[in-house]
Amino acid sequence: MTGARDTGAGWRERISYQALLLGGFSLLAAALLTVGDLVTRDPIAARRAEDLQASLSQVLPPAIHDNDLLAAPLTLTDEAGRPRTVYRALRGLQVTGIAFRTSGLGYAGPIDILVGIDAEGRVLGARVLAHAETPGLGDKIEIARDDWILAFDGRSLGDPPLERWAVAKDEGDFDQFTGATITPRAVVDAIKGALLFFAAHRDTLTAAAVITEPAPEAPLPR
Amino acid sequence: MSNAATPAYGQIARDGLWDNNVVLAQALALCPLLAVTGTATNGLGMGLATTAVLAASGLLIALLRGLLTSAVRIPIFVLVIATLVTLVDLAMNAWLHDLHKVLGLFIPLIVTNCAILGRAESFAARQPALPAAFDGLMMGLGFTLVLVGLGAVREIIGSGTLFAGAPLLLGEAMAFLEVTLIPDYGGFLLAILPPGGFLVLGFLLAGKRLLDRRLAERQTRRPTVGAPRPSP
Repeated sequence: MTGARDTGAGWRERISYQALLLGGFSLLAAALLTVGDLVTRDPIAARRAEDLQASLSQVLPPAIHDNDLLAAPLTLTDEAGRPRTVYRALRGLQVTGIAFRTSGLGYAGPIDILVGIDAEGRVLGARVLAHAETPGLGDKIEIARDDWILAFDGRSLGDPPLERWAVAKDEGDFDQFTGATITPRAVVDAIKGALLFFAAHRDTLTAAAVITEPAPEAPLPR
Repeated sequence: MSNAATPAYGQIARDGLWDNNVVLAQALALCPLLAVTGTATNGLGMGLATTAVLAASGLLIALLRGLLTSAVRIPIFVLVIATLVTLVDLAMNAWLHDLHKVLGLFIPLIVTNCAILGRAESFAARQPALPAAFDGLMMGLGFTLVLVGLGAVREIIGSGTLFAGAPLLLGEAMAFLEVTLIPDYGGFLLAILPPGGFLVLGFLLAGKRLLDRRLAERQTRRPTVGAPRPSP
């Protein structure tokens, strides 16, 4: 279209118009996305906090604590050197349970799990927060789809013994699902890992709260 | 961007739902199709989200069509669609959070749906706003139809259920949709995995051709009506 200037709509074929058009649209899109991000950032953060609160209340029963679970979490470093945020359930100043995220490597990427453990090292509850397992097969690890994950409630490192913390196919005590072994195996391993982490850091996890978190108006523990 | 003659609304609906169906006739959007149709419910969620984006992008692009030139139209389509999808994603995450938890997985996938770009290019950029939005709606519904059909077949063969998880998507009022058709079914893994999706899709495509041929034979006076069109 070299002689475009002569035609009626010639200015539309000029390179400057095209560049301005594309640039203008990019600017407009960037502006819209910025506004969209600013407007939605706080509501989304609030919804995420609600989600975390809801998940935490499933693995740390409200009956065992009287504190705000999201307040003053502990940060510990795990064996691999990654920071791990630990939420604590307190009654008064005593730690009655802790909860933290862990993850296992499933069939289609990491499976994020929230595990709650009481002060004696028993599983209070476990919930899958995020995963990408095969729909209809591996997604039975979600509480919304199956009761399978409840099999961990009340279990500890001695119950079953450490070598039986595995799926049935690996001669362990936990069922796998029909057609899916890798997914439940990853979850069992992740929860076993969480219990081992708790055992390794038991003193820090259950005692430090008393020292570092004295509630201002509560009486001293002893 | 010359305007072609605008088809009647009836013809747009017929094209979108059957004759020129995104999947069955154009064989587009197979990536999101095969990825999410393990169950009918997931298919429905993906279909509805895609329909909303198709209708909105059709409307927007038809409104903007006077400004566009052929050299830069494709980047602008992509920009408009991607911005739209991202804004919908953010807004749903903030204000329809429960629905977003179910559909959130599918929303970024919509950007990868070439059918949206295809409709922008072949219809919305040449037509007035209302027919373009209606075309988006009908193309989206046609896509939803195939997603739900494919999801239902794969779910029945693969897990023996139908609309499992429907209350998560549609609320407890729709819990009756969730049925177990084959109790104590062992499951058939192939149907749920992507290769099974290809197999079932092949049968669906063959079924449409067969049906179209039957219809064409019945209407011998107008042999072209209902005959499968060549894919663009």
